[in-house]
Amino acid sequence: MSQARRYLLRNQDIPDIDRIEVYEANQGYQALRQAFNQYEPAALVEMVKASGLRGRGGAGFPTGVKWSFLPDDGRPRYLVVNSDEAEPGTFKDRELIEHNPHQLIEGMIISSYATRAREAYIYCRGEFRRGAEQLRRAVAEAYRHGYLGENILDSGFSLDIKIYRGAGAYICGEESALLESLEGERGNPRLKPPFPAVAGLYGMPTVVNNVETICNLPPLVLNGAEWYRTMGTEKSPGLKIMSVSGPVNRPGNYEIPLATRLRVLIDEYAGGMRDQRGIKAVIPGGSSVPVLTADQLDTPLDYESVLAAGSMLGSGGCIVIDERTCMVGVAARLLKFYREESCGKCTPCREGTYWMTDVLNRIEAGEGKPGDLELIADMADNIGGKVFCPLGDAALGVVVSAMKHFADEFEAHIKEHACPMGARLYYDTVNH
Amino acid sequence: MKPHWETWAEEAKAEFPRANSALLPLLHRIQAEEGYLSPQTLAEVAGLLDLAVPYVESVVSFYSLFYQRPTGRRVIHVCTGLSCALSGSDQLMHRLEAKLGIQQGQTTPDGEYTLLEAECLAACDKAPVAQVNLRYRESVDLEAAEELLKGEVES
Repeated sequence: MSQARRYLLRNQDIPDIDRIEVYEANQGYQALRQAFNQYEPAALVEMVKASGLRGRGGAGFPTGVKWSFLPDDGRPRYLVVNSDEAEPGTFKDRELIEHNPHQLIEGMIISSYATRAREAYIYCRGEFRRGAEQLRRAVAEAYRHGYLGENILDSGFSLDIKIYRGAGAYICGEESALLESLEGERGNPRLKPPFPAVAGLYGMPTVVNNVETICNLPPLVLNGAEWYRTMGTEKSPGLKIMSVSGPVNRPGNYEIPLATRLRVLIDEYAGGMRDQRGIKAVIPGGSSVPVLTADQLDTPLDYESVLAAGSMLGSGGCIVIDERTCMVGVAARLLKFYREESCGKCTPCREGTYWMTDVLNRIEAGEGKPGDLELIADMADNIGGKVFCPLGDAALGVVVSAMKHFADEFEAHIKEHACPMGARLYYDTVNH
Repeated sequence: MKPHWETWAEEAKAEFPRANSALLPLLHRIQAEEGYLSPQTLAEVAGLLDLAVPYVESVVSFYSLFYQRPTGRRVIHVCTGLSCALSGSDQLMHRLEAKLGIQQGQTTPDGEYTLLEAECLAACDKAPVAQVNLRYRESVDLEAAEELLKGEVES
């Protein structure tokens, strides 16, 4: 497919854009100059509000609005970039930091100028060894070229960026757990309110934004809020990176105008299904969101439309599941993930994910008992809305929706004491 | 304790507004040198940062990349996330277990290999994936499984 011009994923077109000379030769750090020359910080926040940019980590909260929550009380402010990408099916932030780290750094300087933060942090997932190396190298380059440190480009604005490595904990992608971890604690989520804007890192006003969100800033400043609104919808304007995986011909990251149809993403961007397989279900926004079914492929990928279809756009981690795959296996695999990653702080999540996984595993193994599906539904009821942070609710997305849309598969496992399709989850593609 | 740990502790403390933030960076640095974090090391780290020993132990036990037992020269993480599972990561894990004669979570008696399960490693387009000492190995089919065990690796 002929690809429209890319903005966030220019690394796919420009070799070596991770090096500062190449980045500079391709309009790199021009947006920063433009931001300093054209905008006062408050005007920049207004521009971001006007663009309609929303948080790309999963929640989709309007970025400019989030920035404007910072109280103006003279305390130090922090910008923290969430690069703890660990949502199953999502791999966009890793590409952004490994292959175009200066885009993120430039976005961070612009965002810090807008929010008047004097120090900024990148919380980089512990498993991203290469990503952390790339970020360290690029930050050092940016200092040498005068984009970081004191009085950047004679603007009077100063900023330091520090890189902090996580150490293996999905929950640290939740912003308050991330801040705990950054303060040298276990990554247990905090009670909200207060929100980080009021009491964040070290108790100070803090903005926590996702990598992709911040990477939108350079093109946004260069091209303006109106340009951003030429793409997508009124409520979901602009660009989104979708990570497509599963048995498609070209799995990978794709930058789409929001409201592109799911079918177009799979067939045109990702090259369609391998071996012309049929689609059974799609997890459109990372493992924490409900599944869409094959009759929902015309859903436009914007926040409102995906929500109306019964799921969420989330992080944009799009896992395509073919017709031969067992949905009980899918649900069991994902629930095991949440059981492993529950921080254990609150009982419904810790115990609920534990026991639900056990029951699902026995159903998958053909040892399910009559009443097990009701038992799972009951446990889900005791988790949903009754947990401390979003992880517990996230654990339910795929399981509950799969049980609803594919009830016959779950029931048949119990009645026939085996998978009715003779399918196993793990039979396929590369390792058969 | 090694004498340069004191310098490392001071460097880590100097980097952040509050000393507690130095804990994870210091642990990473020491583990990279030692291979794992022994009870003795945790006590020494606590001393270097003026933290209580149980506090340091509690933090370390929370994070899966801090190893509290000796690890092999090669730590192999096999991703078992959904996209990798759909591409055969379970067979990959079984093949490695059989080849190494250990179960996941264990280290070979010669101290060469540690085999661990990883949650989604954010490389689903290259499934199934693994990491060797946190370096990615992509599209690891069963034939390529043995490649994980060979060649030079960085510590």
